[in-house]
Amino acid sequence: MYTYEFSYHKPKSVEEALTLFGEFDAPSFLSGGHTLIPTMKNRLAMPDALIDLRSIPDLQGIRRNGDRIEIGAATTHYETSTSDIVREAIPALAALAGSIADPQVRHVGTMGGSVANNDPSADYPSAVLSLGADVVTNQRVIPADEYFDGLFTTALEEGEIIQHFSFPIPESAGYAKLCSQASRYPVAGSFVSKFGDTVRVGVTGAGSDGVFRWTEAEEALSADFSAGALAGLLPDAEEMITDLNGSGEYRANLVAVVTRTAVEHQGTANVR
Amino acid sequence: MTEVTITVNGDAQTHDVEDRTLLVHFLRDHVGLTGTHVGCDTTQCGACTVHLDGKAVKSCTILAVAVDGAEVRTIEGMAEQGVLSAIQQAFKDHHGLQCGFCTPGMVMAGADMIRRYDGQLDEHTIREELDGNICRCTGYTNIVKALLSAAESHRATAS
Ligand SMILES: Cc1cc2nc3c(=O)[nH]c(=O)nc-3n(C[C@H](O)[C@H](O)[C@H](O)COP(=O)(O)OP(=O)(O)OC[C@H]3O[C@@H](n4cnc5c(N)ncnc54)[C@H](O)[C@@H]3O)c2cc1C
Ligand code: FES
Ligand code: FES
Repeated sequence: MYTYEFSYHKPKSVEEALTLFGEFDAPSFLSGGHTLIPTMKNRLAMPDALIDLRSIPDLQGIRRNGDRIEIGAATTHYETSTSDIVREAIPALAALAGSIADPQVRHVGTMGGSVANNDPSADYPSAVLSLGADVVTNQRVIPADEYFDGLFTTALEEGEIIQHFSFPIPESAGYAKLCSQASRYPVAGSFVSKFGDTVRVGVTGAGSDGVFRWTEAEEALSADFSAGALAGLLPDAEEMITDLNGSGEYRANLVAVVTRTAVEHQGTANVR
Repeated sequence: MTEVTITVNGDAQTHDVEDRTLLVHFLRDHVGLTGTHVGCDTTQCGACTVHLDGKAVKSCTILAVAVDGAEVRTIEGMAEQGVLSAIQQAFKDHHGLQCGFCTPGMVMAGADMIRRYDGQLDEHTIREELDGNICRCTGYTNIVKALLSAAESHRATAS
């Protein structure tokens, strides 16, 4: 037996989940549990009640809605990576989902859990930010630009539930990352989306403040959508993570490399 | 305590468990099937891999209460009437195990990838797909050979 005692609940609606959330001292929502359960094993999180959101219909399914696609928060990485709707509309997003962790983790981990957690090295935040998705909760619609708020921090309030993500469909998009040889989390990953003359670049794994938009690269690419347009551009090394995987200078250079690669490989995910 | 029923290798198993019971402990301690191993506490090693409703998952990071009503297949459910499954036989033939600790997870992850790719696997893909399974004895070369051969027999029987 690993974890300390807690209670488990499986509500069938958002209302029921919220009522349950109000009944405990330190409750936590549960989705795939592939971040939360390991964290509970080592006592870095100690909720007294787990409220499993996966049986709530409002959090399920992948839909095309006009010029957007909507992905339920409880959708697994595997479902996103193999969805015909996602593959057709935003193939780079499907490819990104298929590159997260390993097959077993992809069968269980969910988009809602990953984006709620906002690990600075997680893959999805780069796509959500680059595509300018809306994070739709039980209370409001949060534009991606207002959602991410630093390491493991988001605009979500206590007890707020992500129901789904609404992604605008870009003209094209691409993702590229270099993975840590040990953990396979990105050391730097860049998601580049093109909407007509507007280009948005979301960078994960590298920024000391978590996922960020690399605005200099966006301006250069909006004027000339080619890898060459990025020549000489680097993000500020002072604002990059320094850790076992590399220094701030190394990360800054790597961000430029993966961003060029993402421009050159639109429509897919380039993983090294 | 919560009453949980999980169909394990075809048998409905009903047990009273604490909410914190992990699926791997349900299988090992309540059902008594100890072929599914625990090799880490970080969800990285894959020794605990089983099939949950047909898909490979890490049973050390799933609560038993959360999968009440599900179907699970473990390594004990792979052989039929004392005859090893093709993939187990391939591990035997190619010396795909040394100490054997990782083997149940390797076999379950391997069977899952052969199903998903319908046997269309090359060495590179197998190595990528084994990302979630660690062999402490580092016997990957023969594990990969065993899976290549099992994938080939899958293609032969399918066609
Ligand atoms: C071995 C391993 C390797 C991994 N490698 C990678 C990797 O390379 N890249 C990567 O991006 N990720 C990786 N992950 C993380 C994985 O993708 C997780 O599944 C994911 O980050 C969390 O999703 P979950 O559904 O498991 O969330 P959970 O663990 O269930 O929840 C995480 C947090 O989000 C909250 N939450 C969940 N759903 C909601 C919701 N709908 N609304 C509000 N709050 C919610 C929970 O309360 C909890 O605080 C890895 C995990 C493992 C175990
Ligand atoms: S015991 Fe489950 S991944 Fe190691
Ligand atoms: S055979 Fe010993 S851990 Fe793989």
